[in-house]
Amino acid sequence: MIEYFFLFLVLVMLGSAIAVIFIRNILGAVIVVTVVSLVASLLFLFIASPDVAITEATIGAALTTVIFVLAISRTKKKIE
Amino acid sequence: MRRVISLVLILGFGFYLVTVIGKIAFPSSGEQKGSVGVAIVNNAAEQTGAANAVTSVVVLYRGFDTLGEVTVLFLAALGLSLLMRGERFIAAKIFDESFILKTGSFLLFPFITLFGLYIIVHGHLTPGGGFPGGVIIATGFFIVIMTSDIVRLRENLVSLLEGLAGLTFIGLGIVGLFGTKGSFLANFMGKGVFNTLLSAGIIPFIYAAIGVKVGSELTGAVGSMFLSPYGREENE
Amino acid sequence: MNSLVTVENIVYLASFGLILIGLFIVFSDKNLLKIVIGIDIAETGVNILLVATGYIHGKTAPIFSKLGLKASQMVDPVPQALVLTSIVIGFGVTALALALVVRLYQKTGSLDVSNIRGLKW
Repeated sequence: MIEYFFLFLVLVMLGSAIAVIFIRNILGAVIVVTVVSLVASLLFLFIASPDVAITEATIGAALTTVIFVLAISRTKKKIE
Repeated sequence: MRRVISLVLILGFGFYLVTVIGKIAFPSSGEQKGSVGVAIVNNAAEQTGAANAVTSVVVLYRGFDTLGEVTVLFLAALGLSLLMRGERFIAAKIFDESFILKTGSFLLFPFITLFGLYIIVHGHLTPGGGFPGGVIIATGFFIVIMTSDIVRLRENLVSLLEGLAGLTFIGLGIVGLFGTKGSFLANFMGKGVFNTLLSAGIIPFIYAAIGVKVGSELTGAVGSMFLSPYGREENE
Repeated sequence: MNSLVTVENIVYLASFGLILIGLFIVFSDKNLLKIVIGIDIAETGVNILLVATGYIHGKTAPIFSKLGLKASQMVDPVPQALVLTSIVIGFGVTALALALVVRLYQKTGSLDVSNIRGLKW
């Protein structure tokens, strides 16, 4: 029964990864990539590897988003 | 046109992935594929004294690969600081944050640091270890740096701490080389009582060194990206 | 339908799908920041694939947390140790690529890949 919930989560992850192709605003695309990293961290829990889940949750979801937002704020045309 | 060609190439590569890699990596029913993993899990508790088998693989059985990873992370942080450091540092904040953000980050800082220290020190008993613990400590530090106008990032202190932690890691390995065991990064301390804090020999000390190194390195790297003068039209 | 929706099949679908989507973004997009996002997605997919090779149905995590846990009930710990390294190195690659993108924007003024013709005479 829990495999169907797992399949739903994986379909959400693949849907967000496909949505990155069609989103034009870069800030929106970065937020959607955070969703991919978060569901990957849950997926590592289903594979019985809690070490990898903690590492992916801190590095993939937190640090990558911070450094992307810092890079986006430096490549804008003008500051309003 | 570009999208059509890339779609064809991706479908071809996907066909290769499913047929070739799927046949190699698909699990057979019930038994393990590699014999190295079986041997390590059977002997890890007696040989190393650590309750976490993944930690004993990362630090003791494959400790040289961890040294390589620390080197690669150091090179990435070095390249980031070299690319983004200009002649002067300018703070990237243009407006003042609200009062809630400033005091909230100050209040959260000791709890985040305590949690990161807990994850580093208990690396051989619970999942976690030096790498995610160091990242959590770095996150606590740059929440305060990004939102406060009193606290500034001191580059010299951060790089001194990082250098000392790296020296500790290599120093522990060299003590194993010239000590009784005779090989680099050997486990020269006693095993202790199983499942307590002071067990598993050299593992807590190496993980503490790695945690401090990773935390200070990432603080310096993201801080140099935050304070860099490049990329803004008004800063040129 | 019982033998098709298992944990291993879903994990392989997820990892293959992420690798292919990430590579498609790298091939076909023109914005430099989106290319870096595609590299990040593909890297996550490869890490999932590496961990999934050590998983056996019904076994638990390789940590001796309880007294009666035997070693034959655990999954393979070696791929997990390798993926721990790989995640950290993947973050290093992403950070360095973003620093290069910011400096390119400062020098040329645009984020378009087809404007970078430095090697062309």
